[in-house]
Amino acid sequence: MIYQIRKDDFLSWLKKQREGKKVLVPTRKEEGYLFLPWVGDELDLREYTNTLKPVKDVFFPQWETLIRYRVEKEKSGEIVEETSRTEPLILFGVRPCDAKSIKLLDNVFDGEKYKDPYYCQRRKNTLIISLGCRELGPTCFCQNIGINPLSSEGSDILLVEFEDRYLAQSGSDTGLEILEQAPFTPAESKEQKIFDELNGNPARLNEAEFRSLALNNMPDFNDSVWEKLYQKCLNCGICTYLCPTCHCFDISEMTLDSEGKRVRSWDSCMYSSFTLHGSGHNPRPTGKERIRQRIMHKFNYFPQNYGVIACVGCGRCVAECPVNFDVREALKLLGVWKDDLQL
Amino acid sequence: MTCSCESGHNHNQVNPYVPYRMKIKDVIIENPEKDLKTFILNFLNPEEEKSFTYIPGQFAEVSVFGVGEAPFGIASSPTEKGVVSFTVKKLGQVTSSLHMLEKGDVIGLRGPLGNSWPIEKLVNKNLVIISGGFAFTTLRSFLYYALDPENRKLFKNITVVYGARNPDQLLYKAELSEWSKRDDLDLKLTIDRGVEGWNGIVGFVPAVTEQVVKEASNTVALVCGPPVMIKFTIPVLKKIGFTPDDIYTSLEMKMKCGIGMCGRCNIGSKFVCKDGPVFSLKELEELPAEY
Repeated sequence: MIYQIRKDDFLSWLKKQREGKKVLVPTRKEEGYLFLPWVGDELDLREYTNTLKPVKDVFFPQWETLIRYRVEKEKSGEIVEETSRTEPLILFGVRPCDAKSIKLLDNVFDGEKYKDPYYCQRRKNTLIISLGCRELGPTCFCQNIGINPLSSEGSDILLVEFEDRYLAQSGSDTGLEILEQAPFTPAESKEQKIFDELNGNPARLNEAEFRSLALNNMPDFNDSVWEKLYQKCLNCGICTYLCPTCHCFDISEMTLDSEGKRVRSWDSCMYSSFTLHGSGHNPRPTGKERIRQRIMHKFNYFPQNYGVIACVGCGRCVAECPVNFDVREALKLLGVWKDDLQL
Repeated sequence: MTCSCESGHNHNQVNPYVPYRMKIKDVIIENPEKDLKTFILNFLNPEEEKSFTYIPGQFAEVSVFGVGEAPFGIASSPTEKGVVSFTVKKLGQVTSSLHMLEKGDVIGLRGPLGNSWPIEKLVNKNLVIISGGFAFTTLRSFLYYALDPENRKLFKNITVVYGARNPDQLLYKAELSEWSKRDDLDLKLTIDRGVEGWNGIVGFVPAVTEQVVKEASNTVALVCGPPVMIKFTIPVLKKIGFTPDDIYTSLEMKMKCGIGMCGRCNIGSKFVCKDGPVFSLKELEELPAEY
């Protein structure tokens, strides 16, 4: 079922949400768009393709305190505070690729056996309103790997711009509850048809097809192609920081006077220290093993474990790599890219 | 025992990042260099002790508050009530800090984590336990468990080949001396090179294994030691007739979270922290050799 809302009405509705919730919207900054708390009354979405940073840090911040504890001798380890407080949040303007990335991260942080309470709490507290892509950015490649830029997967509500309105589709029960009330109204059959037309399977390859390519055609672990692949990579890690599905982290400790903190921060498989043992042994000693790990994790290990590819085709790694390492070219070299590559 | 929520996990701990507070009950210096110490720990909160149930082969994240955490195999046995112990080699930041602590100091513990030695599979089998150096810890846990009067009847013959560089580097010397007197355990201790005062076997673990172990039928081998020892022991076991299904080993990796999230301890699609640390050789042969 498709709903609709006039853009003006939506703006008023979103404004009203600020009374009880924090609202993050794509905000234009000198360097590009970032998700920031919405101040003012207008949304400036001219030239918005996607945010510079993925949306993952709303749920899995780059740096956060896990626990605070005492360090004085007799009280050592006494927990002062366990969880960080989170507030109800609305994320508006998330692109479908990034919305999907959150669903992928749920597999990791909201697992069967272990749940990450920090991530899960934020996830529970956040409403995701995504904005479907009518046009793709220069490095977007979602469609080549089976992701629909108008999908509501991972969103509570998907909005698609159409003339002076947004067409809306729910991606969750929470989303549906909202859409069933004013100011949202059920769309007429005409709009329904327009939505279906826009949404007429724009992905050029379905995800299952790509997944099967990645699972079955990936070269052998010791194939010489890996030797070729890593040569120009600087191991700077920018691709992992900007990747919406990268979730590796470090846990470290900080102490000040009588209090200590256990802190989690993003880490990267591109760094040699990431896997370096205390003994000096390193299972991934060079860039070759690390690039192989990054690609295999996304396109082979993750689908083995969770049944889905851990790349959403947002293209940030392509756009921001200082030496123009292009994951699409890499996949082509590895024989798991089906489409012609027109770069 | 495949952990299907009966034991081996700690269900009471909702937040997997919050450690138990443990008081150091005793510190045992294991070698003259004093870089191997066993820490015997008590729970500060007795309630938490009840919820901490584990199986030999599991590990835990031990933390020095203000310094950091590191993973260690649990050296105590679940049959040793009231204590949890770890043997730690002084090597990096966390282990060096641990080595500075004394009786009465408080440290953190998260766990138990990971799978365990495949105890169900070992029932009614002959066991060959092969270890080298300070990797003996979780095998000590298993042996202590298996030698418990309640449990010993579950297993058939138990042979242990345990080697170290020199006699000083063998862990748990007093206990080994007790065990050597038992007639329900065939304990073979070996050292790399002969020294004065040592009347036991001299030779590397793989060679001693070849001499001692003659039969692979109805037998499972548990192997844990430095990579070079494992590398040369596996072919010996295969030659004796062990199948990759009947050889188990426990792996070490750099770890942080211990619960399959932080992303660094994987070998192929398997996480050593969550899917391991114990793997059969069959499982390992299906994984890329990146460890």
